[in-house]
Amino acid sequence: MIPAAIGTGGEPLLRWSYVRDNYDGPIWEALREHLVLSFTPVLLGLLIALPLGLACARWTRLYPPVLAVTSVLYAIPAIGLFVVFVAFTGLTYTTVVVPLALYTLSVLVPSVVDGLRSVPEHVRQSAVAMGFGPLRRLVQVELPIALPVVMGGLRVATVANISLVSVGALIGIGGLGQLMVTGMKWPGGAYPTPIVVAIVLIVVLALVADLVLMLVQRFLTPWERSGRVSRRAARAARTERAAEVAR
Amino acid sequence: MNAIWHALGWFGGAGRWSGADGIPHRMVEHLWYSLLAFAITALIALPIGLLLGHLRRGRPAALSGFLVVSSANAARALPTLGLLILVVVLTTAGDIVPILVPLVLLAVPPVLVNTYAGVRQVDPGLRDAAEGMGMRGRQVLLKVELPVALPLILLGLRTALIQIISTATIAAYVGLGGLGRYIVDGYSRQEYDSMAGGAILVIVLAVLTQAVFAGLHRFAVSPGVRRRAAPN
Amino acid sequence: MITFAGVTKRYPDGTVAVDHLDLEIPAGEITVLVGPSGCGKTTTLRMINRMVEATEGTVTVDGRNVRDVDPPTLRRGIGYVIQQAGLFPHRTILDNIATVPLLLGRDKKRARADARALMERVGLDAAFARRYPAQLSGGQQQRVGVARALAADPPILLMDEPFSAVDPIVRGGLQDEFLRLQSELEKTIVFVTHDIDEAVKLGHRIAVFQVGGKLAQYTSPDELLDAPASDFVRDFLGGERGIRRLRFAQELEAEAAAENAPGAVPAKADER
Repeated sequence: MIPAAIGTGGEPLLRWSYVRDNYDGPIWEALREHLVLSFTPVLLGLLIALPLGLACARWTRLYPPVLAVTSVLYAIPAIGLFVVFVAFTGLTYTTVVVPLALYTLSVLVPSVVDGLRSVPEHVRQSAVAMGFGPLRRLVQVELPIALPVVMGGLRVATVANISLVSVGALIGIGGLGQLMVTGMKWPGGAYPTPIVVAIVLIVVLALVADLVLMLVQRFLTPWERSGRVSRRAARAARTERAAEVAR
Repeated sequence: MNAIWHALGWFGGAGRWSGADGIPHRMVEHLWYSLLAFAITALIALPIGLLLGHLRRGRPAALSGFLVVSSANAARALPTLGLLILVVVLTTAGDIVPILVPLVLLAVPPVLVNTYAGVRQVDPGLRDAAEGMGMRGRQVLLKVELPVALPLILLGLRTALIQIISTATIAAYVGLGGLGRYIVDGYSRQEYDSMAGGAILVIVLAVLTQAVFAGLHRFAVSPGVRRRAAPN
Repeated sequence: MITFAGVTKRYPDGTVAVDHLDLEIPAGEITVLVGPSGCGKTTTLRMINRMVEATEGTVTVDGRNVRDVDPPTLRRGIGYVIQQAGLFPHRTILDNIATVPLLLGRDKKRARADARALMERVGLDAAFARRYPAQLSGGQQQRVGVARALAADPPILLMDEPFSAVDPIVRGGLQDEFLRLQSELEKTIVFVTHDIDEAVKLGHRIAVFQVGGKLAQYTSPDELLDAPASDFVRDFLGGERGIRRLRFAQELEAEAAAENAPGAVPAKADER
């Protein structure tokens, strides 16, 4: 309820009447599109990054070239990839989803590899000694220990995707980004309200997604919660945070 | 695929390499905005990050650490396009300064966070040895903490510059010059060749930046630190 | 000579690390501060170069109150060796060793030449000069740590558990060479350890600390083993006191023999 009055020509940053008139029309449409465009690539990226990361951790020679490719991918501006993909998939959702999936991949593959490498050798050895087969060891021992690092990467990728989708508006496929364009091109002069609504919704969406993923992680790794943390675990957590920070 | 091959023809188009809308001029514009924003970013974020990392003791240090890390997360969630449009709508258009603000705003956090984390992660034993041998605070920071933290600091600077180059492209939508013009103007004129040409140029620029930083890493980081930081 | 007169270190949370310490550390000898963890031995050591400031009392070095000297200046005149060596990973071995001379503004060429000579002195292969710390074994790193502390030729050397992080065999070798080096250099050395065997082997004088920062006994190793001053000291020396006593006597003999032998052999890269 605070229509600030710093807008141009006395136009407030936010007019509630716009929200009231449009929430179940353009706003809802944009939000729905935004959800599809940001979560599909996360899922796709995760589905590819897991086996790829496992392979890189298993066959260490594979990792340096894969890492080189992902770090270059990570550097490429999203708008550049979107435009290039128009040539292949036209002006469809795929054109936004595929580049963002690649982007997710470039964040997640290193996370999976780092996570698996954070499994202490003595833990791996004792699992072998107790008769765990390779697959069972992976699923029951190594993946759970790698989970916090993987989840860290997933959170970074998800939040980044949610904000990046809006760039798609430059080629007409931008979810909430379309509202920004609408506000910019409003007949008779720019209209801040749709822009502010889009920004707020994106930030809220990102925060909620981050929070949900954090809760999922806490639920999946109850041992990380318990008060006394071993020194090694604390160190692993620190490196995880550092890796997360480094993005 | 055909469309991309076709777009390559755009590079040979008439007037493509001269004039205000020629590639050299657009490239220089793009570099100018980017490097200007990058310099401002570095001037703000490097000293603060170094200092916060260096003064790591006590409650204020813990609080500033929390704020620094949160700022990085918040910057990741903020949609660049929205910020750019809002800034331009709220200020009188036609000036480059308002556009520099979001460019810098989004680039400061990665530099700040990595510099801070890099200095903080320096082994306390090293700091102890440095002080025990009689280094003064500034010497500890510049001769020990900075060189040891350099790989992370460079990573932060690289992330920031790439972020700026990408945001500057998007800023064409709100009237900035540079390579983004080809994409934005191409879209509004329904000329895919121009869009693809602009996209290719931006991608090349980003990859070159990545390469420059890889070179900088080899050149500036001590082999002793590089070897240690290398994955196994 | 280093003296502690009524020195107390109390932390803001009320913990007393060192409690009314009076201690005279003679020049030219090795004085070992020994005790269980939390007894204040490291705090005591660190009060000498003002890495820790005393709450009460005075610490003097050669008659001068350390409080009257600016800490960096004080520290540049006192060698300092810590556990894990604390070598700078971004500098070559040679530049690590030359750190303090360069801080003192000495000529770079000269400092490096001196550093090279020191490497030989502490038994490091000259081939290591251009390597980086991460390329050396733990034992070799400790040698660099000792060389670095000696580089500006300070009269005093503070050593905080310098050999604790290496395995027992390497540690034995380092201790032997340390004694040989000291017999040539005759520095005033304050050496902190939690290992009573190391204390007995290295110390001319041993100060045993007990938890709460109290000095339990301060005497020669001989007398310490012969006549522990309290139950605490007796317990700390352990049940094998008799064996230690015997081994100590043997080592004295071996030492005497070694001193007569011509030039000690520098260790090679056998410490991996």
